[in-house]
Amino acid sequence: MIEAIDFQLIAAVQAGLPIAARPYAVIADKLALSEQEVIERLRLLKAQGLIKRWGVVVKHRQLGYQANAMIVMNIADDSVAAVGRKISAHNCVNLCYQRPRQGETWPYNLYCMIHGKSREMVMQQWESLRQSCGLVDVAFEVLFSRRCFKQRGALYRQARQSQREAMHG
Amino acid sequence: MLTTLHKQLLNNYQQNFPLSPTPYRDIAEQLGVSEAEVLSAFQALSEQQMISRIGPVIAPNSIGCSALVAMAVPDYDLEWVAEVISAYPEVNHNYERENRFNLWFVLVADQQQQLQAVIADIETKTGYQAMLLPMLADYFINLGFELNLHD
Repeated sequence: MIEAIDFQLIAAVQAGLPIAARPYAVIADKLALSEQEVIERLRLLKAQGLIKRWGVVVKHRQLGYQANAMIVMNIADDSVAAVGRKISAHNCVNLCYQRPRQGETWPYNLYCMIHGKSREMVMQQWESLRQSCGLVDVAFEVLFSRRCFKQRGALYRQARQSQREAMHG
Repeated sequence: MLTTLHKQLLNNYQQNFPLSPTPYRDIAEQLGVSEAEVLSAFQALSEQQMISRIGPVIAPNSIGCSALVAMAVPDYDLEWVAEVISAYPEVNHNYERENRFNLWFVLVADQQQQLQAVIADIETKTGYQAMLLPMLADYFINLGFELNLHD
């Protein structure tokens, strides 16, 4: 169970931890919690899996990873989980989700993301992934990104709401 | 230009960033530099937009719900349609991709109902159909992104 205070805590940290000597104390002050409580609650949320990862979130494009491909595949239902896990184990893969097929318009049910320094590198990685995961006969499409119109971490309204409530007493 | 310290901060602290009262000092001790150096290096990485934040990556669909949405929009309408979509606070990523479905965005809302309402609104405002692709399973264990910063 996620408590209301946890939503407030996520709201307070989701834009980023302050770069200051006692960052958790800064967050604690905003929420009328102690520094130790903030740390304990974050540890717990991480252990529970709600926080999937706690740390530095890098911007790929700025760091020279200009090529970003979303690859969609049509995998038989009974093997999609196994293939998904296999793909995820590869270093070059960033995300791997199963999503529903949309009939003949969009017959794909497995999505993964590969970031690379060039299109060639991404295509090489995809090719070796296809070989090693047994996907040579699988229907797929590679969707390179072109323009980025908007990018930011997910902002959860519930969390934002709680933050407002916290600010207003 | 990235220094050795920058590279270490980018690669070593995507997971297990210290959850302790003085995380930057702990990092400084681990790397054999001063706390002030770590603070100013993170400041620089943040100002140069190389990191988006130090903070949480929330497990998808653990708070509220989210979905990937795709649209097929002719080039001549793409820019304004993308602008309309980006303006929604529920939208967090919005990309043009090379495909007949050329606009891809992620919606996050508290409830399914709100998600559907935003989709309907977008379809009305833009005149284009949206293909809703909610996540059914997440196979990825997020260990961060392994950066090769040596070439």
